[in-house]
Amino acid sequence: MTEPVVQIRDLHFARGERMIFDGIDLDIEPDGVTAIMGPSGTGKTTLLKLIGGQLRPQSGSIRVYGEEVTGLSRHGLFELRKKMGMLFQSGALLTDINVFENVAYPIREHTRLPDALIRDLVLMKLQAVGLRGASAMMPSELSGGMARRVALARAIALDPMMVMYDEPFTGQDPISKGILVKLIRELNDALGLTSIVVSHDVLETAAIADYVYLLSQGKVIEHGKPEALLASDSEWARQFLDGKADGPVAFHYPAADFRDDLLRGGRA
Amino acid sequence: MLDALQKLGRVTLGFFQRLGRGHLFLLQIFTTIPGVLIRPRLILTQLYTVGVLTLLIILVSGLFVGLVLGLQGYNTLVDFGAEDSLGVMVALSLVRELGPVVAALLFAGRAGSALTAEIGLMKATEQLSGMEMMAVDPVQRVVTPRFLASFISLPLLAAIFSAIGIYGGYLVGVGLLGVDDGAFWGQMQDKVDLQGDVYNGIIKSIVFGFVAGWIALFEGYDAVPTAAGVSRATTRTVVHTSLAVLGLDFVLTALMFGD
Repeated sequence: MTEPVVQIRDLHFARGERMIFDGIDLDIEPDGVTAIMGPSGTGKTTLLKLIGGQLRPQSGSIRVYGEEVTGLSRHGLFELRKKMGMLFQSGALLTDINVFENVAYPIREHTRLPDALIRDLVLMKLQAVGLRGASAMMPSELSGGMARRVALARAIALDPMMVMYDEPFTGQDPISKGILVKLIRELNDALGLTSIVVSHDVLETAAIADYVYLLSQGKVIEHGKPEALLASDSEWARQFLDGKADGPVAFHYPAADFRDDLLRGGRA
Repeated sequence: MLDALQKLGRVTLGFFQRLGRGHLFLLQIFTTIPGVLIRPRLILTQLYTVGVLTLLIILVSGLFVGLVLGLQGYNTLVDFGAEDSLGVMVALSLVRELGPVVAALLFAGRAGSALTAEIGLMKATEQLSGMEMMAVDPVQRVVTPRFLASFISLPLLAAIFSAIGIYGGYLVGVGLLGVDDGAFWGQMQDKVDLQGDVYNGIIKSIVFGFVAGWIALFEGYDAVPTAAGVSRATTRTVVHTSLAVLGLDFVLTALMFGD
């Protein structure tokens, strides 16, 4: 069996008092689309930042392409990140340069290619996401879906081996969602990528994922093929997949006893 | 009592943590300077936004400060029959003090606040994170060119401020109030010392450029990435830079002209 691209073992991460990950084990296999799903606030985005080395865990191991991310120097991290592309939820496009320059940005920063070649490369990436015609537009002129597609073109500009998608479908209309679903799957297969999709859109994600991890309250609740997961009868999985308001993930945020709280009068 | 102590402890710790972060940030800027120097275009672009776009406010303010200095100076000096020394008075006030200090205060208001808001917003919209994930160091690519631009442009702006201010003093003194043209320039040439006055003024403005750039960029980079956070950071930039400039001005003046 091939070595996983990302291997996470016994990962613990807390923000202040709040525990985000409480001992997570997770493997991302190469050449597939792995989805990480879970309710909002479970730290899915945090997980991507940990994999990319933007955050350091309190304990545990994160190996990406065989390298221990937690032990890498800044230079080592930057070298590793050249193999990764990341699509931020906001797109994170640079707002003072146009679409073309945004996609050209990582190429210009990391290579010494002649302008003519950069132009061809950028147009190829923009063609792949269907936005070659928008190359002269500024980020502020793009719709949310277009911005995300430009960000996707930028994420694959340097032909990375792995692309991480942070909530790619959130806030998108059905057409944009459809386009993104198709793009993620097709780019993954055409470019031989390893894709990690963080999302809480069950249907869209299950449609393109080869493997799914379900996170909640700092733990991996379930994992497996999407079909198996959709048919799971675990209480956790059912609450998330069926969108029930109450269940193992409680409707109420933890609080002091309601009666006591009311009887305390004006004192906060 | 215990609550108050706790709060005091928290505030003190917070202050020193910020101070530490500020110095680490400065260290990071220093280590990335060589990488920026081989790409002068990055600095040139920033010199335009930080320096050239601040020029107008510097020119107008310098002229007005000079006009007022000429007027006030003349009114005081004429009582002692020393109005011929107006040129010296105007030039020394500007070159030693007003040039570097007022230019730095204006710089904080015009360029410093813009730098903080720009970097803070880039942070809030994940542009800095995005760069990091593209293996581009945001300090090297975004912060250091702006720092160098502040460092280079403030001394030049202060010099322009002094020059236009002296011309303002000349306009009022010689043009309007009838001070002798030759005495105005001659005494100035005689009494303003290149080493003791002009160089010291330049040193001041170099220090102020360094501090103004550092504070503005650190506030932006360290800002809480929300609308309110960026707005607070921008205010802090103007307040802290102004206080730092005035405080440092006293220290530098005491060192340079104290004896």
